[in-house]
Amino acid sequence: MIKTTAQRIYVALIFIFLYAPIATLMVLSFNASKSRAKWGGFTFKWYASLFENEAILKALGNTLLIAFLSAIFATLIGTAACIAMQHMKRKGRALLIGIANIPMLNAEIVTGISLMLLFIFLGIKFGFMTILLAHITFNIPYVILSVMPRVKQLSPSTYEAALDLGASHLQAFFKVVFPDILPGIVSGFIMAFTMSLDDFIITYFTKGAGIDTLSTKIYTEVRKGIKPEMYALSTLIFVTVLILLLLVNYAPRKKQDTHSAKK
Amino acid sequence: MNKKLLSAPYLLWAAAFIIIPLLMVLYYGFTDKTGAFTLENIAAIATAEHGKALWLSLLLSLTSTLICLLLAYPLAMILAKSNKGKSFLVLLFVLPMWMNFLLRTLAWLTLLEKTGVINNILKLIGLPALNIINTPAAIILGMVYNFLPFMILPLYNALTKIDSNVINGARDLGADGFQTFLKIIFPLSIPGVISGITMVFVPALTTFVISTILGGNKILLIGNVIEMEFTTTGNWNLGSGLSIVLMIFIVLNMVLSAIFDKEGEGTAL
Repeated sequence: MIKTTAQRIYVALIFIFLYAPIATLMVLSFNASKSRAKWGGFTFKWYASLFENEAILKALGNTLLIAFLSAIFATLIGTAACIAMQHMKRKGRALLIGIANIPMLNAEIVTGISLMLLFIFLGIKFGFMTILLAHITFNIPYVILSVMPRVKQLSPSTYEAALDLGASHLQAFFKVVFPDILPGIVSGFIMAFTMSLDDFIITYFTKGAGIDTLSTKIYTEVRKGIKPEMYALSTLIFVTVLILLLLVNYAPRKKQDTHSAKK
Repeated sequence: MNKKLLSAPYLLWAAAFIIIPLLMVLYYGFTDKTGAFTLENIAAIATAEHGKALWLSLLLSLTSTLICLLLAYPLAMILAKSNKGKSFLVLLFVLPMWMNFLLRTLAWLTLLEKTGVINNILKLIGLPALNIINTPAAIILGMVYNFLPFMILPLYNALTKIDSNVINGARDLGADGFQTFLKIIFPLSIPGVISGITMVFVPALTTFVISTILGGNKILLIGNVIEMEFTTTGNWNLGSGLSIVLMIFIVLNMVLSAIFDKEGEGTAL
């Protein structure tokens, strides 16, 4: 009993450590004083002024659009690569996985500067496009990482059985293979979206002047002092995601229960 | 239809945006401004200024990797034994990522400042104040805070994969709890330990953000030096040369993990 109490306290302490800054930011979003360091009373005014702050809203739009588009492209490219790898020999597969792991194992700063050098060499104008290309690049490994285990579990005979029963390759893929690997694809997409959303370093080196994502905007504000609207925005994002995740996490379980009950 | 063709988009993408950019870093690192071959940019790591930055980066990142391992291992063991599902756990550790990491790191300033939240609590219970802001200790804290989840997840994955029969077998054969841990659990969790170390060490070694925010611009890590070469000083050759030195450490780390994690596909998630 003592052992489990000690364990509970330990787990709780780690969670306090991980979530203390988040709680701090939430409290700051209601702080009437502009200063980070002192409490000036409770207010909602930053939430109101947030929706009039065009610079922040523009950065939010960029961030979400880049996260969405890069996650889509990465999911398509990554999933296709996983399916192809299943048909490869061991050596080819190992090589491909090795390459896939480079952006994940390499330092973000090196990935960032290497892409910056490439874009300058190619003469691509820095902006939305360069950030998007960079984000797709570092997102693909996360998709491969979550789709690959699903693809490995596939039994090739079900696909062949579908073909024998007269399905075309496309039909066989969408009716037999796709449903099996869908959970991997979804979690890969979410992972990629999250990574893109939270990225700063690679965006910083590939963004150029005139465009900002939330991360790069915050970084320029660090020295001048963060605008309290930023705390309000991140609180809103965090709470939205928390609610969504709770819904997603509890909804399918209920469905399964009713399903098994019917049986 | 040849299924292997499906890998074509990925191969093209990897060649264009992974391989070629890295070759460009190598090119810039081994040439000077006129394009002539030189080792100067690599040798620049030996100068007092850069050497000190690299040494400090190694020291701080190794310390925080060790702290992460020591904090995460017991946690992963507790979580592996509990019956909560994996998705729930991943959720708890991925969730903080939805709050921007710069803001989360910045929040530590509010918590750690001289008159900050933590010091007020310490004062309340009569303990001496903690003055670690703008010191290497604050940077270590920032590193541990940011990268701890990357240590917990692979450890948890490795620990849940251990067959409980092996552990029960050891106990039946007379091993006590500590012996079981030392001879069975820990050796079997080594792939997780290795990938956890990689996932913490590399970002910690190369960060320039955490040191900028929590080190108050006074403490230069190797990441800060490289960042300045590319953004303010504008000496890309030197910046690339130092990046190559950095990559040597990363490759060293990859070789070590390849030796221990033979599947080569990681247990990261």
